[in-house]
Amino acid sequence: MGGLEAGPVDLTEAAYAPWQKRVKALALLLIRGDKAQMNVDELRRGIEDLAPEDYERLGYYERWTRSIADILTEKGLFTAEELTVKMAEVEKRWQEQGPK
Amino acid sequence: MSRFKKGDTVHVRTDYPQGHARAPYFTRGHQGHIEQITGPYPNAEELAYGRPGAQEPLYRVRFRQQALWPSYQGSPHDTLVADLYEHWLNPGDRS
Repeated sequence: MGGLEAGPVDLTEAAYAPWQKRVKALALLLIRGDKAQMNVDELRRGIEDLAPEDYERLGYYERWTRSIADILTEKGLFTAEELTVKMAEVEKRWQEQGPK
Repeated sequence: MSRFKKGDTVHVRTDYPQGHARAPYFTRGHQGHIEQITGPYPNAEELAYGRPGAQEPLYRVRFRQQALWPSYQGSPHDTLVADLYEHWLNPGDRS
C-alpha cells in the first residue's frame, strides 16, 4: 500500500461469497441509490484510514464493510453502540436459526 | 483555466498532509511531464469528507519508472502514468 513492499500478488480467481456480493450491493445503494448517504471518495477514505494492522488482516470486502460502518457512524446515521447491539442480535439469530 | 499544458515538466510536492491525500506516495518529490489535461474535476480530497469539492484541473502525469523506484530493473524506457490534481504540482526544473 502506498508504494510499500507488499510481496507477490495472488492472481487466482476466487468466486464471490454471498456476503461479499451483499456488501457490494449495499455500497452501491449507499453511493448511487435513491437514498444515497455517502460517496465513493468517502468509501475510499474509510478504507485508507484503517490502522495498518487492520488493513493487512482484513479482506477486500471486509475493508469495505469497516469503511461503510465508520463513515455512516461519522455521519450520525447510527452510533457505534447501536451497531454493536444490532450485530449481537444478528449473530444470535444466526446461531439459533442459521443463515437467512 | 489550467496552470500547465501538455508536455510541461512538473514536480510533485513533497508533502505529507494530514487527512485524505490523492497523490501516490511514490510520486511525491519526483518529476514527470504532463501527458494530458483531463479537465476540471471536483477535488476528491474534499469529497472524501462529504464536502462539495472545488473544481480543479486533473492531469495525467507520466514518470520514468527508473526515477520512481531506485532499484528498478526493467527497461529505462518504462513509464508510469498517475492522475494528479493541480494543487499537487509545481513547475519542474526544465520544460
